[in-house]
Amino acid sequence: MIGAGIVKGMAVTLRHLLRRPFTVQYPEERLPLPERFRGNELIWLVEKCTGCNTCAKACPHGVIQVETSAKLDENRYFVEKFEADMGLCIFCGLCVEACPFEALYLSREFEKATYRHEDMFRRRDDFINAQKNFSGYFYPYLDKERPKRLEGW
Amino acid sequence: MKEEAAPIKTETFMVNMGPQHPSTHGVFRMRLSLDGEVVVDVEPIFGYLHRGVEKLAEGRTWVQDVTLTDRLDYLASMSNNLAYVLAVEKLAGIAVPERAEHIRVIMAELSRIASHLMAVGSFLNDMGAATFTPLIYMFQEREKILDLFEMTCGQRMTFNYIRIGGVSCDLPEGFIPALTRFLGEMPRFIDEYDTYLEDNEILLARCVGVGVLPPDKAINASVSGPSLRGSGVRWDLRQADPYSIYDRLKFDIPTGKNGDVYDRYRVRMEEMRQSLRILGQSVRDLPGGDYRTKVPVTFRAPAGEAYAHLESPKGELGFYLVSDGSLSPYRFKIRAPSFINLGVLRDLLIGCKVADCVVTLGSLDIIMGEVDR
Repeated sequence: MIGAGIVKGMAVTLRHLLRRPFTVQYPEERLPLPERFRGNELIWLVEKCTGCNTCAKACPHGVIQVETSAKLDENRYFVEKFEADMGLCIFCGLCVEACPFEALYLSREFEKATYRHEDMFRRRDDFINAQKNFSGYFYPYLDKERPKRLEGW
Repeated sequence: MKEEAAPIKTETFMVNMGPQHPSTHGVFRMRLSLDGEVVVDVEPIFGYLHRGVEKLAEGRTWVQDVTLTDRLDYLASMSNNLAYVLAVEKLAGIAVPERAEHIRVIMAELSRIASHLMAVGSFLNDMGAATFTPLIYMFQEREKILDLFEMTCGQRMTFNYIRIGGVSCDLPEGFIPALTRFLGEMPRFIDEYDTYLEDNEILLARCVGVGVLPPDKAINASVSGPSLRGSGVRWDLRQADPYSIYDRLKFDIPTGKNGDVYDRYRVRMEEMRQSLRILGQSVRDLPGGDYRTKVPVTFRAPAGEAYAHLESPKGELGFYLVSDGSLSPYRFKIRAPSFINLGVLRDLLIGCKVADCVVTLGSLDIIMGEVDR
């Protein structure tokens, strides 16, 4: 029969017209982020870091640079320089896993676009003053008490 | 006065399809020689996405190389991670905990479904549904798989999840209930797509008998994956050379009959159902315990060489690694299924119409990240 396909097709269209929309109007509405979301920011805790350089060695792209000087009176190293070029980072999380002192975390921040590449460079003070929104990646105990993503569907 | 009509002189016409063409699945260029509408010759040209992954990998450590494999077949990164990691484990003789093996199979099969959804969606798109409707339909389901990935490892595409000796982190709390719900819903969706598409007159007219790949030619060109099984060859590395825990799982290998575009499409749809079966079994048997054998950051594989392969959504994905006992591989060779499946393209296209070129290419399901690497 000619036109049977059209009727069949329009029936499908009609059925989908009555469904709940699947999309979210992003800037106004937001889905809750998953607990382990790997955002594009690193969190560095200066008080835990010993400057052992393990994170810098673990990084596949050489993003992290660490420089230390000996602090003889306290019998430990002082981390003079801790820099990361977030424009080169691929957020693989290898540095977070490598850190033996739990001083590095991934962040759940993601809206970090800048106009210039230099603005993505993070220096020691930037890390210390940054807002710390810890991701549960590799530290599952940080997962708790967070809104769950998969309640929507 | 009567004049003899001079014989019309014809010559073949050269058309560049790509590299910026929406249906070449990335930066792929086909130089077509046309006689009217009929393709006389095809020259596939690629290399626009070459990043030198094989060389880059030699400069990075064994652990860091997992991040590079994510970027080969970016629609099924989990399979790529797994293939590389299997090769390293074979080389170094690392035992993997039982739970990690199950998690790996779950992830590999989920990424197979995601990849096939994308393949079928973009294939239908290539066929002329220019409003992106089929693709968006498939994206609905793919979105749920990506949500599952995201809650496990925190990323939606380049996961870097599977590690040497296990996986990077355990499954989160809500994962199994969410996956079980997905397994409950998905068969209904596949059936729904099938009712829309299976006996759609336009689909049949465009697909049946187009781009026929005979089984002997497919084997000679070492085509693998759904493209090979569409030609009726029952070859799946999950059963032919089982890796991980696939020897304990029950599933069928769907095959086609004629080896045309339609059969390859049918095989992909059927493979999604089989993947759901595998997922159901591996979730049911998921043991507790450890999910990772600790491997030091300065991991050194013993000197030697190893080749490991697996059935990725596109075909046989293999990694050939040579180690000289140092921190990084001495040679890192990738056997990319898309690249080798592309080798048969010229034979498929010669003699068909221009409009069928797009459909045939779409049915091979290539991905340029893997072809050029």
